[in-house]
Amino acid sequence: MSTASINTYLNSYSKAAPLAVFRVFFGLLMLISIVRFALNGWIQKLYIEPDFFFSYYGFEWVQPPGEWTYLIFAVCGLSAIFISLGFKYRFAVITFCLSFTFIELMDKTTYLNHYYFISILSFLMIFLPANSYFSVDAARNPTLKAEFIPSWTIDVIKLLLFIVYFYAGLAKLNSDWLFQAMPLKIWLPAKYSIPLLGDLLQQSWVHFAFAWGGALYDLSIPFLLLIKRTRIFAFILVVIFHILTRILFPIGMFPYIMIISALIFFDAGLHTRILDRISTFLKIDLDAFNNSERYSFKSSISKKFSLSILGAFFLFQLLFPFRYLLYPGELFWTEEGYRFSWRVMLIEKAGYANFKVVDSETQKRFYVDNTEFLTRFQEKQMSTQPDFILEYAHHLEEYYQNRGIEDPEIYVESFVALNGRRSAPYIDPEIDLTTIKRNLKPKKWILPFNDEIKGL
Amino acid sequence: MKRYLFLFLSVSLLVSSCTETNPSGPDPDDFDRKAILENWAENIIIPALTDFSQKTESLKTAGNNFAENPSQQALEALRDEWKTGYLAWQQVSMFETPKTMEIRFRNNLNIYPVDTAKVKENIGQGEYNLNLPSQIDQQGFPALDYLLYGLAESDSEILAFYNSGENSSDYRNYVVDLVTRIDSLTDIVLNDWNSSYRHEFVNNSGNGANSSIDMMVNDYIFYYEKNLRAGKIGIPAGVFSGTPLPQNVEGVYSREFSKELFLESLTATQNFFNGKHFNSETTGSSLSNYLDFLNTIKNGTDLTQLINQQFEASRTKAQNLNSSFVDQVETNNSLMLQTYDELQKNVILMKVDMLQALNINVDYVDADGD
Repeated sequence: MSTASINTYLNSYSKAAPLAVFRVFFGLLMLISIVRFALNGWIQKLYIEPDFFFSYYGFEWVQPPGEWTYLIFAVCGLSAIFISLGFKYRFAVITFCLSFTFIELMDKTTYLNHYYFISILSFLMIFLPANSYFSVDAARNPTLKAEFIPSWTIDVIKLLLFIVYFYAGLAKLNSDWLFQAMPLKIWLPAKYSIPLLGDLLQQSWVHFAFAWGGALYDLSIPFLLLIKRTRIFAFILVVIFHILTRILFPIGMFPYIMIISALIFFDAGLHTRILDRISTFLKIDLDAFNNSERYSFKSSISKKFSLSILGAFFLFQLLFPFRYLLYPGELFWTEEGYRFSWRVMLIEKAGYANFKVVDSETQKRFYVDNTEFLTRFQEKQMSTQPDFILEYAHHLEEYYQNRGIEDPEIYVESFVALNGRRSAPYIDPEIDLTTIKRNLKPKKWILPFNDEIKGL
Repeated sequence: MKRYLFLFLSVSLLVSSCTETNPSGPDPDDFDRKAILENWAENIIIPALTDFSQKTESLKTAGNNFAENPSQQALEALRDEWKTGYLAWQQVSMFETPKTMEIRFRNNLNIYPVDTAKVKENIGQGEYNLNLPSQIDQQGFPALDYLLYGLAESDSEILAFYNSGENSSDYRNYVVDLVTRIDSLTDIVLNDWNSSYRHEFVNNSGNGANSSIDMMVNDYIFYYEKNLRAGKIGIPAGVFSGTPLPQNVEGVYSREFSKELFLESLTATQNFFNGKHFNSETTGSSLSNYLDFLNTIKNGTDLTQLINQQFEASRTKAQNLNSSFVDQVETNNSLMLQTYDELQKNVILMKVDMLQALNINVDYVDADGD
């Protein structure tokens, strides 16, 4: 591709309707997500009740601010409304991105790929002119109003979706998923009481069909959505696939977000019709936005700035999921480089971690009752992930130091079962975890995985 | 568009036909999860509770007889009923229901060590409310253990408390109150099962956090881990404290029965796992054949076998223990610790491997997943 054709592309324009529709629904779904989260009592349960929170490396300073956590959620929800309305859009989307990401950074116990997706999507949206059409901002500011926007500002969202699906598909190309139908073989039979499907879910061939179908879906759907001839079929698949995952798994709002997001692949005609409907219903004059104007960045510097940020962003997105290659050992076992890589539903881990505290002075020893320090949810996550185990051990060290044991040694007897394999010792029980520093280097104190999972 | 649908279907078919040629495990359509619940309720829990309630009834009678005439003979009769009842209790202690939670059945019947000072205080004051949560360690089998064996060294000295001591009538009343309460709490639980809970339990056969199987399995593992492994062996052996705590042995005052109580509980948990009917050699549907059905074959052996082997290993190790764990921890605690280690292995097999195979979460957490 020549520089000229890149320039031509960067200077090509499309109708702004698809991005406007995306903005409206994104804001709405985020609002619903936040309200649902609050109504489920999860703010209290996940961010206020626990005594201790697990931090991402380098983000130890992000801690839930007690009752003020509600305020962060309120700000996040409000900014979602503003995004949907396209009111003070840039400010709203920055606020949303920051507050949402802050929430996610408060405790990594709750980590989900979906949440990461929302964080980076909202980051991406900071640089897009999603308020140039069908927005309060555009209605109030004629210079902002534009019926056409640079094509790349729509295509970047497609690119992000492309990466999410395709990488999720690549991650499924491993022997556990394809040849053992694991962990589906564990999850699906337990759904026996689902009407109609319940009995089918007991059958081995169904597990394999789901596994192969799922991998094939993830790998092919971005292409099927891109190609015009297959787009409608692809969208039907998207709906079926995500509704199915909604029925089978406790997956929250994510299916709806993906279904709505997939609309961005359609031509502007569809989005214009959607906006038309909304306008008729809300008695908005949609035509007022059709000014035949092209959106122009405030300056060529701001355009270049946006483009270079997004360039770096996508380079990061393409490379970051492969950082696991820098670590020895089985990724599913050590989980070093597992997060932020679109590895969705790939592993079922169960663990047991029993911490032993030894007073190095008196050699007196005793075991820790994890429920004194962690919620059940935190304990479950902690017992299967080495970075959690280490952080918790350090927390225990501090706790017992404050309790008068000058130099506590902390050991863990831990067992993990991965994807239906028999449980095996996980962390070296002879290692005093207080002597290990938190960092991103390979964790040599994880015991080896005595099996092999082939594939990416 | 039809072409793609065709492609999708044919690939699915292809995949399925590849795998269908080597099916493993029993026919999935044959497995009935509700049958597990029926078996648990009809053949294990309700019969065991019925048996236990008969024994608490006898215990109550013996307690009243003793209170009327505190003779050596009546004391021995009461001790016999106490021991019989305590052993029968081991068969039902693990079964939690909303009702047992509400009345704190297990805590009221078997929290040990008993707080002897408070027991004496209660008796001295002659006024107490055993319904209060603060009173759980002043009643039940452990309090009777103390009152029937621990008041003094010799039987004649013990009997003196009931016959000629300064508040002997309060002592007699306390015994009556304890046996009456054990019996009435047991009746509440049994009646609940017989009237409405049986139906509710069996029909709550879905999957999810609040289904009968999920709740029962969680409670079962909790019992195994906390009450059996830790309570009966680990805590007295000093696993959690660093030094042995002989005063924390179950049945510390009668001394001779701690091993028997432990073994009864171990057998009860294993029988429940295997769906063995109460007091019978017949077995029915339970976790063992559910696991077989789920085809959790690992490392060449299946999980059911591994767990049963581990039960046996624990039992074998425990055979060498002194019938009194008080003597055991004071003379050769390492054998206690070894028994603990064997019990611990099954915590991992059940809490990690079995729960994963059954896809049951440890005390289900209600939050979104990926």
